[in-house]
Amino acid sequence: MAESVVDILSWILLLAGGAAGVIGGIGLLRFPDFYTRLHAAGVTETLCALAILLGLALQSGLSLVTVKLIMILLFLLFTAPTATHALARAAMVDGVEPEVEEEEEESESTPGERPSNT
Amino acid sequence: MRYIISLTLVLAALWLAVSGVYKPLILMLGAGSVALVVWLSLRMEVVGVEHNPVLFSWRLPLYWLWLVWQIVVTNINVARLILSPGRIHPRMLSVPVPHKTAVAKVAYANSVTLTPGTVSLLLTEKELTVHALDIGSARELEAGTMAERIAWLEGSPTEQP
Repeated sequence: MAESVVDILSWILLLAGGAAGVIGGIGLLRFPDFYTRLHAAGVTETLCALAILLGLALQSGLSLVTVKLIMILLFLLFTAPTATHALARAAMVDGVEPEVEEEEEESESTPGERPSNT
Repeated sequence: MRYIISLTLVLAALWLAVSGVYKPLILMLGAGSVALVVWLSLRMEVVGVEHNPVLFSWRLPLYWLWLVWQIVVTNINVARLILSPGRIHPRMLSVPVPHKTAVAKVAYANSVTLTPGTVSLLLTEKELTVHALDIGSARELEAGTMAERIAWLEGSPTEQP
């Protein structure tokens, strides 16, 4: 009984992680410029990795494999923001201007008017 | 000397957790590699340089739990923005960094990057420049909840969260 509950929970986590990965990929294609795409990649490297690794840890139970999975998760959570920051810094130094909307309170929602980045 | 001992213990625990094979020869090789890493660290003069009591505080696991919760919440927000990209309002902003130690400042910048919707671009002594994906993420950062949590983690005498 308890085993099947853990099994179902781990599958929910694995599927949620997969969905987060797909959504991150869609965002990577959809977002307009480099910096916004970084945010989309952030979904993949945090929620996707978190859910999939926790799901796998539930599958393997209390064992050395789980310890390794948790360590992978920790190292990933320490290094991923560093890599993201390095990318953003490199882009800034290279002169990639972020596409910034000025603070318009009424925010005319006309996404077609945004300058294209082709 | 204290740092050498603690580094050795941490490395040995790490090796035992990752290896899983406990035969005499393998254990000897493990002890050898731990000794090699400690010697190399001493030669590089990095032992104990970045020491900070924050790293061993009971507050750290609590902060991590809160951070994981924040990661989940902000991820759901960004996922919704991805599915309807007309709602994004990218902008740059600067927030003050009130923390004293370098470790706390870096932890703040790292946590900001780790929560999707905000990416830290530039960290200086007093200020953190951030690229935010939408108005909600920017407001949340400006409200300073995360900075307060880090200050609490650092144990500085500012107000408690």
